[in-house]
Amino acid sequence: MARAVTTRRKAVTSVIAWTVATLIFFPILWIFVLSLKTEGDAIKTPLEILGSTWTLESYAVVQERSDYFKHFTNSVIVAVGSTLLGILVAVPAAWSMAFVPSKRTRGILMWMLSTKMLPAVGVLYPIYLLFIELGILDSRIGLVIVLMLINLPIIVWMLYTYFREIPAEILEAARMDGAGMRSELLYVLTPMAIPGIASTILLNVILAWNEAFWTLNLTAAKAAPLTAFIASYSSPEGLFYAKLSAASVMAIAPILVMGWFSQKQLVRGLTFGAVK
Amino acid sequence: MKHIQLKQVSKSFGDVEVIPALDLDIEDGEFVVFVGPSGCGKSTLLRLIAGLEDVTSGQVVINGKDATAIPPARRGLAMVFQSYALYPHMSVRKNIAFPLRMAGLDKADQARRVEEAAKVLNLTEYLDRRPGQLSGGQRQRVAIGRAIVREPTAFLFDEPLSNLDAALRVGMRLEISELHKRLATTMIYVTHDQVEAMTMADKIVVLQNGVIEQVGSPLELYRNPRNLFVAGFIGSPRMNLIKGAEAARHKADTIGIRPEHISISDKSGAWEGVVGLSEHLGSDTFFHISCPDFAEPLTVRASGELDLSYGSTVYLTPDLAHLHRFDEGGFRIA
Repeated sequence: MARAVTTRRKAVTSVIAWTVATLIFFPILWIFVLSLKTEGDAIKTPLEILGSTWTLESYAVVQERSDYFKHFTNSVIVAVGSTLLGILVAVPAAWSMAFVPSKRTRGILMWMLSTKMLPAVGVLYPIYLLFIELGILDSRIGLVIVLMLINLPIIVWMLYTYFREIPAEILEAARMDGAGMRSELLYVLTPMAIPGIASTILLNVILAWNEAFWTLNLTAAKAAPLTAFIASYSSPEGLFYAKLSAASVMAIAPILVMGWFSQKQLVRGLTFGAVK
Repeated sequence: MKHIQLKQVSKSFGDVEVIPALDLDIEDGEFVVFVGPSGCGKSTLLRLIAGLEDVTSGQVVINGKDATAIPPARRGLAMVFQSYALYPHMSVRKNIAFPLRMAGLDKADQARRVEEAAKVLNLTEYLDRRPGQLSGGQRQRVAIGRAIVREPTAFLFDEPLSNLDAALRVGMRLEISELHKRLATTMIYVTHDQVEAMTMADKIVVLQNGVIEQVGSPLELYRNPRNLFVAGFIGSPRMNLIKGAEAARHKADTIGIRPEHISISDKSGAWEGVVGLSEHLGSDTFFHISCPDFAEPLTVRASGELDLSYGSTVYLTPDLAHLHRFDEGGFRIA
């Protein structure tokens, strides 16, 4: 009897999981289907999925009209650059908070997290002015800095939870074994922290890649990454669903592929600390 | 020769004093066990000796030299942790070689000493595995291997067997004792298990709330516990403690009698009682017997052959030669 209940429960959870997964995946599938239709078919309601023709026309037009690779390069530079810069700042910060915590460590962490609760638009004006003043508006370096800053709390938090998981006894064992500060860092701590740092890098590359508010507001032509490339197709000329979809697919494809191959690492990164 | 000395060593965490100032001498080559209930400060004391915690006041002297300010890496001590604390990203070979690598030994010497240690600890075939691929007992052996390769002046063990199952624990207990006999190096061993303390120690240090209650050989502590705490802590099952009229008759506030020093008869004896639960271990049986005159049931150890039915009336006679007497303060009356 108990077994029957378990089987049924398994079936129910499977159905729920599949439904949720399908719901989440549906927009991506929809965009993909639309990108392969003509503009005329794409706005038809109801959409004829099987009846209408399939075409790569939108992709060709999008590539012709705007320079995909320029935006792609910008996205890569901004996402990877801001993440690496963030890691550089966050590793020592998380390190000291995890291994030499003080009375205020908790407070500092909460304060950092609280900056994420502020609506970004609230600081758009001052940052915009600062960017003009510093002459870094529509520049990649400006984007790298601002994306690093907005993701920094998350990077610090993630690394902090990773470092906290490294048992203090192992570090003490290293000390008893005669390791000085340098050897302890080099031979024991760093190798143990690398999986955590890798997951953090991965997640933050994705976050930075998808970031749309700052990238849209602080760039025009030169530094515009793929988010701006998508946005340029929801233009005042009217909506071109097929082209917009094609642009979107081209923008998300690289990160989707990367996410697919690093699934395991990513899931571990997101659930870290939750399961002991 | 005095090997490790604690002189008026105390430790506080913030406002909480976990170890009030204490003195302790550990002789060269001695196997010393710190034993006490959890939270008694035994691990903290060990960590003070290791240098993993700083003393609040007092001096830690090792080999006649003040080591209070020397970092753990340079005290010449090796430690085995409860969680084994192996380096998960290194093979067994690299784990054991780590202290040698830190000491700057050349590769050939490292390899030779790792092989030697592995042979002693039956780890030779596991040298290329990672700690995650080993069983609990094997991991503990690696931790011990890592400690012995560097030939420390003393070994510190922090509850090394408490993560192992009962059968393995007995085996490892013997292995560690044997290791001590062979190496003749000072060992300080922390445990909450009084059986480990009794079976392994040359000298037991009983701690409670950071205070040393008694220091002595296992049999000294068993025969002449200095106070009620030690009397109750050393010996299994624990000593029966009786207060009231019966104690007064022996001119004491509390009297203590161990389960093995009471004889049972179905005809006559000093105390009358009713048989409650019995625990059969095969060789021995422990009877819990309620006497109307005493607040708590007495535990009596009898031969495994003896069978008494639940609820039957029996008579108990204590062996007066082994009766312990304690005053109001809980101290032994000589």
